[in-house]
Amino acid sequence: MQTTATAPLVQLTGVCKAFGPLRVLEDIDLDVARGEKVCLIGPSGSGKTTLLRCVNHLEQPTAGHVYVEGKLFGERQVNGRYLPLRDAELARMRSTIGMVFQTFNLFPHLTALQNVSIGPVKVLRQSRGEAEALGLELLAKVGLAEKRNVYPEQLSGGQRQRVAIARALAMRPRLMLFDEATSALDPELVGEVLNVMRQLAIEGMTMLIVTHEMGFAEEISDRVVFMDKGRIVEVNRPHELFRRPQHARTQSFLSAVLQKKPFQ
Amino acid sequence: MTAWRHFFAILPECLLILLRAAVTTIEITLGGLLVALVLGLAIALLRRSSSRGVAVIAAAYVEVFRCVPVLTQLFVIYFGLGQIGFRISPLPAAIVGFGLNGAAYLAEIYRSGIESVPRGQAEAGSAIGMTKRQAMIWVILPQAIRISLPPIGNYGVGLLKDSSIAVAIAAPEITFAATNLINQTYLSTQIYLLMALLYIAMSLPLSHLVRRLERRSSRGVRA
Repeated sequence: MQTTATAPLVQLTGVCKAFGPLRVLEDIDLDVARGEKVCLIGPSGSGKTTLLRCVNHLEQPTAGHVYVEGKLFGERQVNGRYLPLRDAELARMRSTIGMVFQTFNLFPHLTALQNVSIGPVKVLRQSRGEAEALGLELLAKVGLAEKRNVYPEQLSGGQRQRVAIARALAMRPRLMLFDEATSALDPELVGEVLNVMRQLAIEGMTMLIVTHEMGFAEEISDRVVFMDKGRIVEVNRPHELFRRPQHARTQSFLSAVLQKKPFQ
Repeated sequence: MTAWRHFFAILPECLLILLRAAVTTIEITLGGLLVALVLGLAIALLRRSSSRGVAVIAAAYVEVFRCVPVLTQLFVIYFGLGQIGFRISPLPAAIVGFGLNGAAYLAEIYRSGIESVPRGQAEAGSAIGMTKRQAMIWVILPQAIRISLPPIGNYGVGLLKDSSIAVAIAAPEITFAATNLINQTYLSTQIYLLMALLYIAMSLPLSHLVRRLERRSSRGVRA
């Protein structure tokens, strides 16, 4: 694992997650540096999504801890014991981390612009005018300024996901989590979403990305994490991991996934 | 046929009396509905409280009020409370009675509406830093209430007709007025038919409105 001079932006130490008897994550250690792009890949059920959801405590780890900018996230420490945070404090911490979902989860009763500005208005207590100005700017950034008064049901999947990205950006996050952001899209709509993510990466956003798009992962990430059965099997620079996977499990996964693509 | 001739002779007068009583019917319906809408929402939210005691009490409220006939509830409120010193006049008693009863039904309608909003919606709210309460107010409830509108409307149509039960506590609504008229004129067939026509005249526009609500809320809910 690489060492950085400053503290990592995100640090996971010994994170485990179990749903009843089902152990989904086993002892995960992972650092993400500021500005770094890390892709999580692996077979379905390997725990990638759960790992991502543990970072902003949409799932509470059963063991282990998450630190963001060196600060314990989603918990507080009292006399050496870890206690869950109150809802309002947890919410305030979450507001600094953007998340994009596989199924978009746009608010269907709000227009595109309202979807983007509701966070700044209700959570950050910005004025409506201020929030809408920022919202418009972000919709323009994802190429959807002209759709500002349109409801989600009138948007294509790719457009919905771009609005969802703008909604997350409106909170001025220091970290963006992408949970299979293109998996629910028709193939011809994948590119427009990846382009927006690519743009964010160029601007220096710190990104933790769960994806099945291997080409994109190789292109965009500083490091790729391969997971299987709830464990991190291998972490490496994308070129190394995709060309010279060290573990047999990584090799078999990659050869299975890359073979599926007829034109590669 | 003299009965009918007599009836037509006094029809304008009967109609005026019944129409005045219809105002009371509408007052009971709207008043009861308003109490039920507000109290029902409160109960639906309390049922989801993280405090177990509060949730159990709210659930118990729903069960108790659904298991007792509304007529019994009106009797308890009007005669029961009257006997222990809380004398209320029939109209407010009816509004409170139908309101308390309706709250139990509407709480269930709201609950199923809230539960039918996909879980990802609350998560999306959390992800942009909303507290549970903010996500409920700004994300879940606007969608849940839209889903709940048609069944709430149906409940309102039902309540308009059920308000006739308030005759039992002498609330001066249509059924009460009709009964009085019959006692004076012995024209039971004619006046009951007239009463039925009045109920139809009030219910039809309402159920038409509900059907329009149903059509509207069936689109634009998911995304």
